[in-house]
Amino acid sequence: MRFVDEFREPELISKTAEEIRRLAGTERHYCIMEVCGGHTHAIYRFGLKDILPENIELIHGPGCPVCVLPMGRIDDGLAIAQQPEVIFAAFGDMMRVPGTQGSPLEHKARGMDVRIVYSPSDALRLARVNPGKQVMFFAIGFETTAPSTALTMMRAKAEGIRNFSVFCNHVMVIPAIRAILESPDMRLDAFIGPGHVSTVIGCRPYEWIAQNEHKPIVVSGFEPLDLLQSIVMLLRQLRNGEAKVENQYKRVVAWEGNPAALRAMAEVFQVRPYFEWRGMGSIPQSALCVNDKYGEWDAEQRFAVPGIRVTDPKGAQCGEVLKGALKPHQCKLFGRECTPERPVGALMVSSEGSCAAYHNYEHRKAAMVTSLSAIA
Amino acid sequence: MSARAPKLAEAASIRFRDPQIEMAHGAGGKASRRLVEGLFAPLLFGNAPGPLGDAAEVEIGGTKVAITTDSFVVKPLAFPGGSIGELAINGTVNDLAVSGAKAEVLVVTFVLEAGLPTAVLETEIRAMGNAARKAGVRIVGGDTKVVEHGQADQMYITTTGIGGLLRGVTIDPRSVRTGDKVLLSGPIGDHGITILLARGELDLQADLGSDTRSVLPLVEALVKVAGQGVRWMRDPTRGGVATSLNELARDCGLGVVLFDDQVPVRDAVRGACELLGLDPLHIASEGQFLAVVAAECADAAMNALTSAPGGSEAQIIGEIREQPAGSVLVTTLYGGSRIIDMLVGDPLPRIC
Amino acid sequence: MCLAIPGKIVEISSDNKDAALVDIAGVRRKIDLTLLQDDKPLPGDWVLIHVGFAMSKISEQDALDQMHTLQSLGESEAAIQEVSGLSADDAPPGGLA
Repeated sequence: MRFVDEFREPELISKTAEEIRRLAGTERHYCIMEVCGGHTHAIYRFGLKDILPENIELIHGPGCPVCVLPMGRIDDGLAIAQQPEVIFAAFGDMMRVPGTQGSPLEHKARGMDVRIVYSPSDALRLARVNPGKQVMFFAIGFETTAPSTALTMMRAKAEGIRNFSVFCNHVMVIPAIRAILESPDMRLDAFIGPGHVSTVIGCRPYEWIAQNEHKPIVVSGFEPLDLLQSIVMLLRQLRNGEAKVENQYKRVVAWEGNPAALRAMAEVFQVRPYFEWRGMGSIPQSALCVNDKYGEWDAEQRFAVPGIRVTDPKGAQCGEVLKGALKPHQCKLFGRECTPERPVGALMVSSEGSCAAYHNYEHRKAAMVTSLSAIA
Repeated sequence: MSARAPKLAEAASIRFRDPQIEMAHGAGGKASRRLVEGLFAPLLFGNAPGPLGDAAEVEIGGTKVAITTDSFVVKPLAFPGGSIGELAINGTVNDLAVSGAKAEVLVVTFVLEAGLPTAVLETEIRAMGNAARKAGVRIVGGDTKVVEHGQADQMYITTTGIGGLLRGVTIDPRSVRTGDKVLLSGPIGDHGITILLARGELDLQADLGSDTRSVLPLVEALVKVAGQGVRWMRDPTRGGVATSLNELARDCGLGVVLFDDQVPVRDAVRGACELLGLDPLHIASEGQFLAVVAAECADAAMNALTSAPGGSEAQIIGEIREQPAGSVLVTTLYGGSRIIDMLVGDPLPRIC
Repeated sequence: MCLAIPGKIVEISSDNKDAALVDIAGVRRKIDLTLLQDDKPLPGDWVLIHVGFAMSKISEQDALDQMHTLQSLGESEAAIQEVSGLSADDAPPGGLA
């Protein structure tokens, strides 16, 4: 596969890993946070931790848009879909996330009309072919996905499709990073910046991290060579006492982002005054909602939404794990009450959730007696 | 799923605690296993059924035979490369083959939805007849029930097969040793991705078809050459290679190490998996099988497979090691590795 | 967040200039090009696809530059050290990135 295989070339990966080892040395311990859940997934999928030296610690940030949704929002979406004429449409990522009465898939087993879609435009298509039904699209994602939801709503308006609405849970990455940096128990040296969010927002929004907080940030791609090269770039900055924004993912990220995408978002959305993030409390100006111009397609205006705040179950420490303050296995419920089959929180369900990744990968590898270097 | 040498004893305590049955319980992964081991086994198979295999060996009047059964529930009924009828024949023939048995006779049960057009049923019956002839198996009986319109997704088919044991081979996960090699007969995931695309919900097109076929000829070629060196076999259907190998790892208590770059996957399957965020190791195949063979037979085994019709794409994909005990580890050429687990439920496309 | 993968544009839709057919290793899907309206791609161009929408064109030149940079990792550092007798820790800032 082009633009994929080249960035997985084993010899180049080994070479870059060697450069990392050389730059990292042995005296200093580096704490680098990858914000984006897609990066978390890539790190585990490609086994990158195995080839990084011990003194580089990768800390998983809150960039999993499924994990950061409080259980109450899942309940709200499902409550809307309880009505018989409603079709609940969402990405596969949402399907096993537990609400207080079960996940969307469990609701489907009990008779709710739940459909998995790959694109918001697929959800709009469902509305077109089911004129007697109401299609409610449970929209999730950071700024990468918001423009696509926006364009879909613009199309719904242009075509006069009235039986389509969006339950908007788009969240924003900069407020999340700000919340991390304001956290007292955080000790971070640098950031691996979200690559695909940046195709939309560009690199400029990260400048305050470098200038005000003096932390380097490198916007990174998702292939092994992208992540490793980004770590090389971060180490070089750290060793030289620098703090600037760099773009490693040049082949798709423009410094100014994607103006058409930003225009679409501005056309349809506005910023919520505040939004509840799982385990991190209320963060101001951190999420999007549908503006008045598109109010007719806003599920929260069309349907009655309970809006009940649901606190995480007793003992669950989703918030601390999301912030990177706790490692997954340090949560009291990890591996006991909370497993991938019986998840308490979304971090154990989502393919990007650090708990799921940790449970499946690290936990078992830690139990291995033989050293990993003997295996490859 | 059946139990080897079942001994009916007092039912052990039921360990299955789920309040209701979910789709995940039929997906062939962890939830399915929980259901079988926690509810069916204690009540039906007695206290200690031993490792659960694809078929059961029973002795009737001094003769040993293997018996297996399988249900076929697929939407849509027909798809590129095959249809439910062929799956129903090949699936059961394959379950017997990977248990070291040659299918001789099948009985077939149909549950049909009222309103099903006869033309559709006839097409499937013809497909079954052709597949049975091709696989060298006789259909000797069956049963039909009709249910109300709205049930049975047009049709459900169950086939039960009985076969004689292949000479010179004993399939037992407990005979697996460190150093044994893991062989795969050909590219994985064709069937699962074909079905996913055929449902039409994801709006993807690809030049891909189901790989449904009888693997018996390849199994026979392997057994002829490797005999007792064949420790274990399985056809990686629902849940894919990862699920089958996790079951093996659990049953033999050793580690299965896979070499990422050696696992054969067609480009279109890879592309669909990348696009949808799926792992080919979790996707079903209906015309492939896994085999664990003693290291000293591995080369001869590979020659036998690659020179047999339909076996040219066979590969050694991994080996058995002490660690990680009970788990499956996938390694890359550059020294990275990841543990891969059984599927929890059905593979779901993701966007994150 | 953000499973996005590269695909090659096979054809632009004749009845809708904002829709295109894209090929990913032999799998094809119709995608929406509206987000690239300021710099419309042509058949043969590679784009980054996320949830059925093209997010960005992929610059082959930038990809090649990146490969070149990675291939010469360590070489330039070594050359500089040889020339100026510097140890690794004293290497000039910026490097090749």
